Amino acid sequence: MTGVVLLWVLGVLALAGGVLVFTLDSMARVTFALLGSLMCVGAVVTVLGLPYLGVVIVLMMVMEMVIMAVFMIAYMMNPAGLMPMSMLHNTRGALVISVAVFAALVAGIFVVPWPDRSPPRPRDTTVQVGVSLMGEQMLTMVTLGFVLLATMVGATALATRRGRYDRLGDDLDQRPAKDPAVGGVGR
Amino acid sequence: MTFELLLVLAAGLFCTGLFGALSRQSIVMIMMGIELMIGGIIVAAADFWHFLAPAAGSGQVVIVAAVVAMAVEMAMGFAVTTAIYRARQVDMTDMAEDLKG
Repeated sequence: MTGVVLLWVLGVLALAGGVLVFTLDSMARVTFALLGSLMCVGAVVTVLGLPYLGVVIVLMMVMEMVIMAVFMIAYMMNPAGLMPMSMLHNTRGALVISVAVFAALVAGIFVVPWPDRSPPRPRDTTVQVGVSLMGEQMLTMVTLGFVLLATMVGATALATRRGRYDRLGDDLDQRPAKDPAVGGVGR
Repeated sequence: MTFELLLVLAAGLFCTGLFGALSRQSIVMIMMGIELMIGGIIVAAADFWHFLAPAAGSGQVVIVAAVVAMAVEMAMGFAVTTAIYRARQVDMTDMAEDLKG
């Protein structure tokens, strides 16, 4: 019973936070509204019996949203949300599409005949995810690892100011490379 | 009934994020919309795992994959924002809709 009440409260808070993200003016407040919403998502996951993943989601979201707040204040023309502003396009079209998708999803939720909802539960769900990731889903874990590595390399390559043509010349044959600071083996 | 209500919550989060991702011009705000959409997917996956197949560890792996997708989306989103801001001093999609430069 407590779980059901908690799920209701967390669900309402998550939705309210999500709506606030796109109704508030201040960039800083928007970021923390999203943080609140996603923390409620982590709490819902915890209440549903997955404490490990719930805590991981909450910790990750706190870090992610703090970084996002820094980026928003750094890049956007409205630092820290001191002036109200509107940066929207095609609001009506977006609203129609979103409401139509929501209606279709809700119709599907209540039309589909779901199977029996009281199957036996594992005693320790953290052990279950650990055994799964390191056992039968090891290939998934390896793939996710490579995806994260590729993301690190790709994000660094995109974000860096100097590309390989700056370092090695138009024909990529400039040796030694033109780096801002000398160093390394043989320099 | 809680099973269906949690799915409705997931659909609500997904569609709120969809609205934001479609209607915002700022790249960072679009990323926020996508984060909300993935949040909805996480709620739905946890709901399915809890009520339909708690014995299957693969259900939890779906949540791990969604969390990784969140991290990748944010890292690449900020890298693209940095690159386009460095090239043109813009962070809005409408100002970067052409491919010149």
